[in-house]
Amino acid sequence: MKMLSKKDRREAGQGYLFLLPALLVLGVFVIAPILYAVFLSFHKVELIGGATYEFRGLDNFMKVTFDDRAIIALKNTAIYVAIVVPTQTFLALVLAASLNAGLKGQKFFRIVYFLPTLTSSAVLTLIFMWMYNQNGLINYVLKFLNLPTYNWIGDPDVALIAIMIMNIWATAPFFMVIYLAALQDIPDSHYEAAELDGAGPIQKFWHITVPNLRPVTSFVVIMGLIGTFQLFDQSYIFSGGSGGPNNSTLTVVLLIYQYAFKTLGTMGYATAIAFMLAIIILVATLLQRKFSKEESLY
Amino acid sequence: MKKRTAGTRALYVILVVYAIITVIPFLWALSSSFKTLGEIVSGSINFIPKDFTLDNYKQIFTREPLFGRWLFNSLFIATVGTLLNLLFNSMAGYALARLSFPGKKSIFLMILAVLMIPFQVTLIPNFLILKELGWLNSYQGMIIPGAVNATFIFMMRQFFINFPKEVEEAAAIDGLGRFGTFFRIVLPLAKPALAAQTIFVFMAFWNDFMRPLIILSDQDMFTLPLGLNSFKGQFISFWNYIMAASMVFTLPIIVLYAFFNRYFVKGIKFTGDK
Repeated sequence: MKMLSKKDRREAGQGYLFLLPALLVLGVFVIAPILYAVFLSFHKVELIGGATYEFRGLDNFMKVTFDDRAIIALKNTAIYVAIVVPTQTFLALVLAASLNAGLKGQKFFRIVYFLPTLTSSAVLTLIFMWMYNQNGLINYVLKFLNLPTYNWIGDPDVALIAIMIMNIWATAPFFMVIYLAALQDIPDSHYEAAELDGAGPIQKFWHITVPNLRPVTSFVVIMGLIGTFQLFDQSYIFSGGSGGPNNSTLTVVLLIYQYAFKTLGTMGYATAIAFMLAIIILVATLLQRKFSKEESLY
Repeated sequence: MKKRTAGTRALYVILVVYAIITVIPFLWALSSSFKTLGEIVSGSINFIPKDFTLDNYKQIFTREPLFGRWLFNSLFIATVGTLLNLLFNSMAGYALARLSFPGKKSIFLMILAVLMIPFQVTLIPNFLILKELGWLNSYQGMIIPGAVNATFIFMMRQFFINFPKEVEEAAAIDGLGRFGTFFRIVLPLAKPALAAQTIFVFMAFWNDFMRPLIILSDQDMFTLPLGLNSFKGQFISFWNYIMAASMVFTLPIIVLYAFFNRYFVKGIKFTGDK
């Protein structure tokens, strides 16, 4: 290592000083907790008075395979991800492309569409629970259209679907804004060339817009995957924390919460599930990335 | 040209229908917050209340004496948390962009790595650490762990890398030291980046549900999302109250958005380019 001059040393000192608060917070509340989490996941943790730890090896990780509720939670979460991510991505793309067509009132629509993104998940869930009420607005509209009505909150067959509808509605506009920014970067000449070839609006959408947006789509899907795998607030509020009716809204993160903070002696097990969820998210993200790289334009 | 007008009309239909779908839940909630309990229970579907009343807004503050307290807690935690983020993230981003010191590269890589870690993994250990520090049920327990955000350190670094060096050099010639230059010259010029950060960080604190749920068990310390959830448990069929409370909770964010709208889109675009 070369000797630092006095000026360099002063600059180095200033550098560390500027970084100090960030490093302290990240060290204590992110880096140390990761190591602590590794430790916890191999132990049975009891929190009576102080914390006691009992080494259990891989038990916590094996336990998942014969825990019925864990399997239900994983299944619910997988179904939720598989339906919500493609739907919200497609909806966001269609909305962005429509907004980008240069119609009047673009600004107005953009502000309106953004309302759900601004509103907290707690408020949105309460508003939807009120609309999902047995004789609430949604059943009223369904009846008006001669469609079957449901007990959206109490029927295990539809409760998760109710959350899906709500979250697609709430998240799609956020991704729409990301698409919109990217759409504005596609050169007009691409569209003009296609027009000369006689392409209509639908062909232009599929042959120019969609391929040009591939990198952004990849980003939107990854963000969507990360967000949907972590579904918690809505399930918690919807079911009063239970994941009911009949475990139909039980998600992996809700299960982690229950095992960590609502039942005794399962905190280590909860940490192990959290690790497994992290790995699932990581693998899903990498798969998506590999997938999109193969057909990427760049 | 006929085809084009048909296409335009189709686009307008998509946009208008979706705008209606977006707005209806909010209008319905707003209208319910001005209805009497009788009208709520009757299950009638009308957007204009029959007996328009402001009573619900008064009732939520008297029936639930803690409501004002929750509002204060939320505002306090979100405001202080946002200010600390603006300061610490900018300082860290500036150091990583402008200053040279040994270990800079590994620190930067570590911050990038932190971005990848899902928060559930650190959630349980964080609870135990806060418990050990005696910070459960406290403002600092809510604020300090979130006082720094790796995403925005990264964003500020990118911003400062493109920042004209001449400005700082001129300040140095005027006799300002490193800290004077940073606080008096550099930060004020970073306003667009700071504004984008303000909205995202404030919203994250303001809307956070899971962390307060775990850290705060004392009703006095609740933030609005938690308070709202317990309020719902208490007044389960009083949807007029619940909707009034929801509206009070939504207003501050909409005001913030109205002020910073421009930067908001820029901020999202920035996060998207990452």
